[in-house]
Amino acid sequence: MDVLYFAWVRERIGLPKEKVETQAATVSDLVAELSAREDRYAAAFADLSALRVALDQELSDFDAPLSGVREVAFFPPMTGG
Amino acid sequence: MRIVVQEAPFDMGAEANAFAAGDDAANGAIVTFTGVVRDLATGDLDVMEIEHYPGMTERALTKIATEAQSRWSLGDVLVIHRHGRLAPGDRIMMVATASPHRKDAFEAAEYLMDYLKSRAPFWKKEITNAGADWVAAKDEDEDALSRW
Repeated sequence: MDVLYFAWVRERIGLPKEKVETQAATVSDLVAELSAREDRYAAAFADLSALRVALDQELSDFDAPLSGVREVAFFPPMTGG
Repeated sequence: MRIVVQEAPFDMGAEANAFAAGDDAANGAIVTFTGVVRDLATGDLDVMEIEHYPGMTERALTKIATEAQSRWSLGDVLVIHRHGRLAPGDRIMMVATASPHRKDAFEAAEYLMDYLKSRAPFWKKEITNAGADWVAAKDEDEDALSRW
């Protein structure tokens, strides 16, 4: 699946988008997998309360299942307007 | 309904006129709101950089505008939101609502503003001489949603 990062999450991880092969069942499982990779991921995902997640471009939550999802995006709370 | 996400500046007068011209006479009330890049209290903001999530941004704005149309009696809705590098005084975004009734037009415009502050995927970064900082979301913006 495609995993996208925005704002300071993108800066901390150091890339805007990557392809990830995963068997993770939920968003939280994916976060645990990514965090185990390298410190920069662990740093970005250290406080999930400071993060939001979208699945296929719809806001979701960290308990949500990933089955059938093609695009996951992680970002901080939005500041539009 | 017209949803526009663009990097280029927009002309708020021309947009307001086009919005009013496209509307039918049943709508006796048109409300427009324009957001402007505000300088910092210290007066040293050089650039406001706005990042967004292409694709999701348009979907989220359409969803918010569609919800406004279902809650209020609206003839038409316009949302324009810019991204990229902006300077203090630049216009960031604009909403317009047309309705037979003033109350609906005002409330729908406020609803659009409240939701696009914290439910549309935009992120602001303030750049000054001292460096760059991502703007943190405010609790009061999240709290504002509970009134709807």
